[in-house]
Amino acid sequence: MTPSSPNTLFRFHIDRWLTLITRGAAIISAAVVLLVVAFLAMESWPALRDIGLRRFLTDESWHPLSGSFNLVPMITGTALTTTGALLIAVPLGISSAVFGQFYAPPWMAVWHRRLVELLAGIPSVVFGLWGLVVLVPLLAPLGGSGQSLLAATLVLSLMIVPTIALTSHSALSSVPHELIAGGAALGLQRWAIVWRIALPAGKAGIKTGLLLATCRALGETMAVLMLAGNVPRMPDSVVSPIRTLTANIALEMGYATSEHRAILFVSGLVLLSVVSLFVLVIDFVGGWKNA
Amino acid sequence: MYRLPAIFFLLLMTVVVVGCGDQHSTGDNIPSPNGSDLRGRLTLTGSSTVAPLAAELGKRFERLHPGVRIDVQSGGTGTGIADARTGVADIGMASRPLKDSEMDLTAHHIAADGVALIVHASNPVTEVSAEHVVAIYTNGAHNWNEVGGPDLEITVVHKAEGRATLEVFLKHFKIDNPTVKADVIVGDNEHGIKTVAAAKGAIGYVSIGTAEADAKAGVLIKLLPLNGVAATTDNVASGKFLMSRPLHFVTIEDPPPLAAAFIQFCQSQEVHDTIVAQYFVPVPH
Repeated sequence: MTPSSPNTLFRFHIDRWLTLITRGAAIISAAVVLLVVAFLAMESWPALRDIGLRRFLTDESWHPLSGSFNLVPMITGTALTTTGALLIAVPLGISSAVFGQFYAPPWMAVWHRRLVELLAGIPSVVFGLWGLVVLVPLLAPLGGSGQSLLAATLVLSLMIVPTIALTSHSALSSVPHELIAGGAALGLQRWAIVWRIALPAGKAGIKTGLLLATCRALGETMAVLMLAGNVPRMPDSVVSPIRTLTANIALEMGYATSEHRAILFVSGLVLLSVVSLFVLVIDFVGGWKNA
Repeated sequence: MYRLPAIFFLLLMTVVVVGCGDQHSTGDNIPSPNGSDLRGRLTLTGSSTVAPLAAELGKRFERLHPGVRIDVQSGGTGTGIADARTGVADIGMASRPLKDSEMDLTAHHIAADGVALIVHASNPVTEVSAEHVVAIYTNGAHNWNEVGGPDLEITVVHKAEGRATLEVFLKHFKIDNPTVKADVIVGDNEHGIKTVAAAKGAIGYVSIGTAEADAKAGVLIKLLPLNGVAATTDNVASGKFLMSRPLHFVTIEDPPPLAAAFIQFCQSQEVHDTIVAQYFVPVPH
């Protein structure tokens, strides 16, 4: 193959333009986040100025039209559903990836993966409807109406399993074959290869999957709205209804006017802080460092 | 050879950047030369209760005036009123009377809608008195046997703050919202109906039009009468059913001619069949 004309000057131009363009694109994508934060802060400023941040944490209840604005039940709701969903989905998802990569016969691994991909493609409103019509009546005998922390957590975990399973699967499959073969040559059993070699080597990819799953769980609105019961009260058991920050905005935003609207933007600002906190926690949780 | 991808990339970026600059430009309300036919585009936003009706009325209006396009988006009464005020929408849709703070706008009465109490279809209760409703919603009664029903725990289904049906309900029974102890809080009417249909001991309140249609379609709910008056669209029309609300189109004081023509059309006798078909109640003008 003959190289095209070696016009280095022209190439320099291309490089310079590409540098400028990619730099611009990078600035834009980073600025979008800042713009969103600025917008949220601006919209919620009237409420923060008139009411003060403290009352959003110490008021008696959430009745924005009657002048009480406690967001703590919603923060708790978001934290509980997300943590619960992760506790269920992480073992399931990682096991599914390990099964597909190391234990399943090839034909089954392919079908298993296709089914998980299908699960990832189901829209959240379908999950919500299924939960409302099928799962909620099943949970109702446990007490309450069935629309509860438990129902929301279960469906949320179903929704994030495929994210964890698929990212873990690609992380595990990109572990260099030499490492696995080396382990096998040393006479390690399969579980030792998985536990001591494959999982540690793939942990960067698995961690990314965890982050994506966490963000999806924190931000999920529709399915949770249909299943959680949405009562803004501190839950006292897994069958109590709860309201998440996202559901809070979705439920009330359409009908909110002036101050009520500004107060809901505070809810959005708090959600953003909770998301950042979760991301930081996952980033620094022991054992996942320097990945 | 390796330079080609870079050039393609540059070209692609150029196309993207140029593409972004040219936003759609629509001609709004251009009068046709002969002046007899209407042209232009109307945007309606607001109440999710009014939106399906407005969309049907819009389709009929478009058939009469082929030069007119009517876009209907639902987002809640609050959005509708805000959009009408800022001019984002030509007409806002509201499912409640205007508040004092909204008197800078003009409301045009289009139809009426009633709010009915609903219970699960298997619930033998035939009517719940006003005191019992208040007791149920403010935590005074936990079991249907306390209000003359079977031994069955009550699941109180309530609506999120700001919803128009919630305001109608609270006003009718004179309940202060913070005193309500709900088991489930729902968003729109369909969410409420599905919740009640899924729980044997549930009680809730939704728009009569939607509930009547769903009950006819076999959804497991039952509409309860109020003071002996059955919860039907007919009784809302005759004014006998008291828990009801007006459906409004909201505009600035002096709406543009196209919006005014559409509102006049929606208030005319000839669209009463469309209003009835949407399970709402026409109002005389």
